[in-house]
Amino acid sequence: MLIFSFFKTLTDQVITVELKNDLCITGTLKSVDQFLNIRLDGIRVEDPERHPHMLAVKNVFIRGSVVRYVRMAARAVDTTLLEDATRREAHNTGK
Amino acid sequence: MEDAVNATISEPLDIVKLSLGERVFMKMRGDRTITGTLHAYDAHMNVVLSNVEESIHIVDVNEDGIPQAPRVERRSLEMLFVRGDGVILLSPTQ
Repeated sequence: MLIFSFFKTLTDQVITVELKNDLCITGTLKSVDQFLNIRLDGIRVEDPERHPHMLAVKNVFIRGSVVRYVRMAARAVDTTLLEDATRREAHNTGK
Repeated sequence: MEDAVNATISEPLDIVKLSLGERVFMKMRGDRTITGTLHAYDAHMNVVLSNVEESIHIVDVNEDGIPQAPRVERRSLEMLFVRGDGVILLSPTQ
């Protein structure tokens, strides 16, 4: 739930999703759900020569389970707020 | 002192909780290692890190099928979400 809320705060930011098959897709985060499935608009693939089949694709839905990393700008994240929320969540779900 | 530490660490994820805001080392699937500052985690070991350095450990094989000396590819990232299913271990660095 915490990470889901974290991604919701990143809505309309430009992020890069790195998949487990090494494909890197940069685009604007439009929505995310509880499985961390991600919808991206206006996408660009990092190495288009290696992935020519992606050239015509503009919008994608990415299944959460194929994601390895999501890269974002540091200024898009309030780290103190994030740590406090993590402590609160650990306290509530833990015991 | 040791009793106090042992009292705080009663389940495995507590060691992750104590690492919040600290530098951590993570070993990942696919011969990758990551160091970064931990800002968030959940029960799946999904984490959010900043000032990340990722190392990919690669062993190339030449045309005769003989493995060459291992090499490491490094890259730096300012803010990174790591999906928990690729995590092997997380350890605090001093």
